[in-house]
Amino acid sequence: MEVNPNNSMAHGAPADEHAHGHSHDHHDHDHDDNFWSKYIFSTDHKMIAKQYLNVAIFMGFLAMFMSLIFRMQLAWPDAKLPFLSDVIGKWGKDGKLDPGFYLALVTIHGTIMVFFVLTAGLSGTFSNLLIPLQLGARDMASGFLNALSFWFFALSSVIMLSSLVIESGPASCGWTIYPPLSALPQAIPGSGLGMTLWLVSMVFFIASSLLGSINYIATIINLRTKGMAMTRMPLTIWAFFITAILGVLSFPVLLAAALLLVFDRSFGTSFYLSDIFIDGAPLDHAGGSPILFQHLFWFLGHPEVYIVLLPALGLASEVISVNSRKPIFGYKAMIGSMLVIAFLSFVVWGHHMFITGMNPFLGSVFVFTTLLVAIPSAVKVFNYITTLWRGNIQFTPQILFAIGLVSTFITGGLTGIILGDSALDINIHDTYFVVAHFHIVMGSSAIFGMFAGVYHWFPKMYGRMMNKKLGYIHFWLTIIGLYGTFFPMHFLGLAGVPRRYYANTAYAGFENLININHVVSIFAIIGGLAQFIFLFNFYYSIKNGKKSSQNPWKSNTLEWTAPVEHIHGNWPGAIPEVHRWPYDYGKPGAKEDFICQTVPYSETPESNTPHDH
Amino acid sequence: MNILLILAVVFGTLVLVRLANVAALASKLSGENEEAEQESANRWNSIGMISFLIIGLIVMIYMMTQYLPLTLPKAASEHGEAIDGLMKINWIVLFVTFFITQILLFTFAFKYRYNKNRRSFYFHDNNKLEAIWTIIPTIILAALITTGMKEWNDITNKSASMKGIVVQIYAKQFDFTVRYAGKDNKLGGSFFRRITDTNPLGVDSSDAATADDMVAKELVLPKGAEVQLMINSRDVIHSVYLPHFRVQMNAVPGMTTRFAFKPTITTAEMQKETGNPKFQYVMLCNKICGVAHYNMQMTVRIVEPAEYEEWLKTQSAVFPVEQAVAPAPADSAATSMAK
Repeated sequence: MEVNPNNSMAHGAPADEHAHGHSHDHHDHDHDDNFWSKYIFSTDHKMIAKQYLNVAIFMGFLAMFMSLIFRMQLAWPDAKLPFLSDVIGKWGKDGKLDPGFYLALVTIHGTIMVFFVLTAGLSGTFSNLLIPLQLGARDMASGFLNALSFWFFALSSVIMLSSLVIESGPASCGWTIYPPLSALPQAIPGSGLGMTLWLVSMVFFIASSLLGSINYIATIINLRTKGMAMTRMPLTIWAFFITAILGVLSFPVLLAAALLLVFDRSFGTSFYLSDIFIDGAPLDHAGGSPILFQHLFWFLGHPEVYIVLLPALGLASEVISVNSRKPIFGYKAMIGSMLVIAFLSFVVWGHHMFITGMNPFLGSVFVFTTLLVAIPSAVKVFNYITTLWRGNIQFTPQILFAIGLVSTFITGGLTGIILGDSALDINIHDTYFVVAHFHIVMGSSAIFGMFAGVYHWFPKMYGRMMNKKLGYIHFWLTIIGLYGTFFPMHFLGLAGVPRRYYANTAYAGFENLININHVVSIFAIIGGLAQFIFLFNFYYSIKNGKKSSQNPWKSNTLEWTAPVEHIHGNWPGAIPEVHRWPYDYGKPGAKEDFICQTVPYSETPESNTPHDH
Repeated sequence: MNILLILAVVFGTLVLVRLANVAALASKLSGENEEAEQESANRWNSIGMISFLIIGLIVMIYMMTQYLPLTLPKAASEHGEAIDGLMKINWIVLFVTFFITQILLFTFAFKYRYNKNRRSFYFHDNNKLEAIWTIIPTIILAALITTGMKEWNDITNKSASMKGIVVQIYAKQFDFTVRYAGKDNKLGGSFFRRITDTNPLGVDSSDAATADDMVAKELVLPKGAEVQLMINSRDVIHSVYLPHFRVQMNAVPGMTTRFAFKPTITTAEMQKETGNPKFQYVMLCNKICGVAHYNMQMTVRIVEPAEYEEWLKTQSAVFPVEQAVAPAPADSAATSMAK
């Protein structure tokens, strides 16, 4: 593999200069940092990564707690849960969950999980941590924009949470906020101030996401160290790169959709509204189309699925390769399949809208493009499986989660083939089948990827190791909890149970399904409780974990050549130079079963193949 | 209750701290024994992998035997039978893929656990393999795509043909109203600005097609006849979902959506089929539409054609014909809306 000479020339020199500047003064510099500049308004990518992760963990637990409340409601609709009124006040009066607040919980659970945990939490944490460290850069292209991105995210989190405590309740029209329901406070109380806060929060969120993504792209293109050709980047970086491009192209469309909704709500325009009679009076809105909103929303909404999934797949690629002590199989095919998935993700949004009254011919086109996604996905799955084949697997918590990811990616991906087929979608659209599908393929896979990343890079973030035994217990309870929760949900969908129903007991027909709901909720509670093991392990290990060695997993990538103690600029001396791809694990003839990217071929004559030079 | 909750959290945390301390102490004592510890972890987790696979598959199959009988009975419409057939083919393909991939995944994880005397197989590229698992899925998906699209085209072409008994499903928060088109099989025009307490559908009384229209709070349809649903909403998006007939279409304010289907099994026949004498078909709202979304439904009855004719006679006209209403300014738009 040849390095682009222009690239290394252009960046080698200034980077080195920079390095010297830093190595002289970083010592006093660290001491100058006060609490505020070090922990709060930091521009250091490593600190920003930790900020993202901690906020995401907080938001994730909150959203999980919400899901446990509504799972209890669904399984035991007649039971009185006395603690509810303590936790959610008037919405849980006499231990009964308010039907309106049920919808609010569903909405905010979805919003937080999709955007705040799996988008910002996943990309924000690991893109920030790994892009500079794995590329051999001192920091992000713009540390200031990076900090700004986090602060917009924090602000949007605060606004979203503030909507939980207002009189009329938070937004409650589903995380997809379809108008007219989301546009008309007359239709549902949550579409009043709650919806306004939701929209404002998302505007800041989108700004945060864009600032972050632009920074990631700029860093990956410009700040690779000498020798780090694009074809030598770890798959994590490829995944973050493609994810950032998806975000830049699709999030602005959501902003447009949200903005038009704000206009409809507050300024009397009619982008999405027409022919509406509500609350005893016709509205003046004329000529708009609610379907327009759905097109705009899903133009983001579908790439969003891959914004969530690709980083998880990237992290899993790295974790599986390192821990099976074997190169990732089909490095180029992995990149190619990610690119194909990313491209296709922009032309499949209509599969969310087969039965909205969209032109049926358009439906056929979307069936075609949607099912095509299965091909690159299948390639990825087979490549992961082949990487494990004849590997030498060290069972750390992270590879357990990565294997769990591959498993849920298969399971959820397969039911996606049914949902993507418009004829079959007719009867399972908006049922629990859909809920089961996306919680397995997107929710579980992405959260497994995130856990794999946390266990793997925790030593890089905090300089200590997490407790492995607790990690194992966490994994096994989590995968049992997830499958136990979401597998039975498919049957509810096949029985025709609609999603977002407060109770299924309002009329005859679904009463025999209550057993399934019991199973689902019990497993959800088991899986939920298991997360406290993680929470404890995480915060306990920050203070009391065993001190990490510099390269605890015997890994090839550059982040493990940086010292354990965090310093500004990442490396005390010159930044490392790269001589080979990142996956030389178990190379025949080599002294050890891994060769770091910084080792030149001239030092490893014993393991070089005819292609290495 | 509060105190119990707090106690549980505190106690749980204490137990975890204790556990972690013991674990940390144990690893300190064992010193260089980290390798042995990892070896034991490798053994137990790899056994965990294969056990999870086997137990997981057994539980899955057990659940299928228990829960599949609770899912929807056989389709009660013509296109529904075709959809169910297509679904079966898809399930076969998916289950074969599911078993192959999951078994490979967990078996490899079990089989190739770490052994310090062994190196992994340095194997990072093979174009033949890549080609195999690109081409085989492509062929299978091509087959699934074409069969699925054919079915989709058949179903939607019927909806576009405008043949069959015309029935309007009119949705609002939180109920459905059914309007039958009567002898002329044409619905009279309607417009949201005409809506009053006595004219909840906003029907145009001056339209000649309106005279024989009838409204009902129950959807009754004859077995074996093509039905053309014309779906409207007056406030937010609802969805007309008839799970037993494999019918679903959103009700969108400002536009008319359609779905055509042919019921093939009467309610009485389905009661025998399911062994449940109380069985009723239902129409559910399946798009979040407000606080009482979960309680928006209507009973559906499929009867023999003769019984349907009898029933229809007893239904009330949408409008006392004498009652005149001044034509609204947007009359032409109103009529086209119902087309």
